[in-house]
Amino acid sequence: MRLEVDIRKTLRSRDRSFVLEASFSSQDDLTVIFGASGSGKSLTIQSIAGLVRPDSGRISVGGEVLFDDSQRTNLPTRERKMGYLFQDYALFPHLSVRENIAYPLKKTWYLGLLPGQRQEVSEIMAAFEITHLAESLPGELSGGQRQRVALARALIKKPSILLLDEPFSALDSMLRHRMRMELLEIRQKFGVPLVVITHDPADVEVFADTLVVFENGGVKEVSRRRQQPEPAQANIWRQKVCWRAKWEQEQAQAV
Amino acid sequence: MPDLFPLWLTLRIAFLATLIAFGFAVAFAWIVARFSFWGRDLLDAILTLPLVMPPTVLGYYLIVVWGRNGWLGGWLHDHLGITLMFTWQGAVLAATVVAFPLLFKSARAAFEGVNTEYEKAARILGDTEIQVFFRVTLPLSVRGLVAGTMLAFARAMGDFGATLMIAGNIQGKTQTAAMAVFDAVQAGDYRLANTLVAIMSVVCVTILVMTNKLAARRV
Repeated sequence: MRLEVDIRKTLRSRDRSFVLEASFSSQDDLTVIFGASGSGKSLTIQSIAGLVRPDSGRISVGGEVLFDDSQRTNLPTRERKMGYLFQDYALFPHLSVRENIAYPLKKTWYLGLLPGQRQEVSEIMAAFEITHLAESLPGELSGGQRQRVALARALIKKPSILLLDEPFSALDSMLRHRMRMELLEIRQKFGVPLVVITHDPADVEVFADTLVVFENGGVKEVSRRRQQPEPAQANIWRQKVCWRAKWEQEQAQAV
Repeated sequence: MPDLFPLWLTLRIAFLATLIAFGFAVAFAWIVARFSFWGRDLLDAILTLPLVMPPTVLGYYLIVVWGRNGWLGGWLHDHLGITLMFTWQGAVLAATVVAFPLLFKSARAAFEGVNTEYEKAARILGDTEIQVFFRVTLPLSVRGLVAGTMLAFARAMGDFGATLMIAGNIQGKTQTAAMAVFDAVQAGDYRLANTLVAIMSVVCVTILVMTNKLAARRV
């Protein structure tokens, strides 16, 4: 999956302004956009999803141009076929887990789901091990359960790419580790490329085949995994948080 | 048995007025809550004005606009032969205007209370703007809307001044319950006055209790 972003956007409020100038590309299926809050990374993935319109530039995913101001292309959000995991999941509070997951399939309130679609919903709920929660409301779920529901909802229409906005910041540290592993498994199972934005170095270690570092509204550096130092040679926190390597080992042993 | 025609007329007027006010209030409230544009505060103030203006002043404005020689009333009379002055439809117009701000204010607050993340999520999941409104925004603000609708209905039922200015107080034609109470007291018919007052009080108290219950309940 090739992701190309080259955008500019100026935000003005009464007494200050913020200029985003982001230009990077990634060919890997695991991309991490890393930076402090206020560095422009959120604005960048919201631009990719079409929630924010850049002032100028170009965005393309897998060869399809989503935004190009020189050609006046700006695909509406609903046509971009994106998966998006919100920081606090944005599960619709008035709908049950099943209805939340079926939301993108069901387009009219007066018709139910087709049998095939109902099957799809059941299958994805089984894959995420949330079948027993089908009739619960989001308010009754734990953080980890909410994240699974949100992922199931984002993936049911088989998006071309899954954008994740600080996916683990709402979870406690024990759960964070487990959900990282789950996300890697999901990525393999569904074959969907991930773009993760985060300010947590541990996420970089686990997910960054391509790492894009943001600072003050611009891209500071882009690096690919093989150019990064090996965990063994790196500093101590890298060894401590090197879950990705451990997980791959475990996977290899299991096979 | 006292003449209860004013009561039926009042309910009919209040029902229609609430229905019309609902449509306009939801549309304006959505625009004001979701878009930021020049003159938004002024628009909000103008739409809220009927809440604070003396009803007679409001009635006067209505005559200026909808009277036979008014801006819109003149056109209606010349082209369609319709006049609203001294008809029960005129009373609906007056009740709509006095009830509108209550619905508008509640609807705006309800829409602003809906986290826009949910609307963004719906867009990403493939919804058009209309689908977002009906599948997410509206269901999530339904409580505020129902509460506002009930308040508006109560207000529409109780209007006196604006209705008197535009529809008059014609017995059996435009005389609403509020006016029948006034006439009954003037004429010393306390039996009729007591009956009407008792029924209207019960309806209003019921509406307020239900509104409070709705406002207090949370998901």
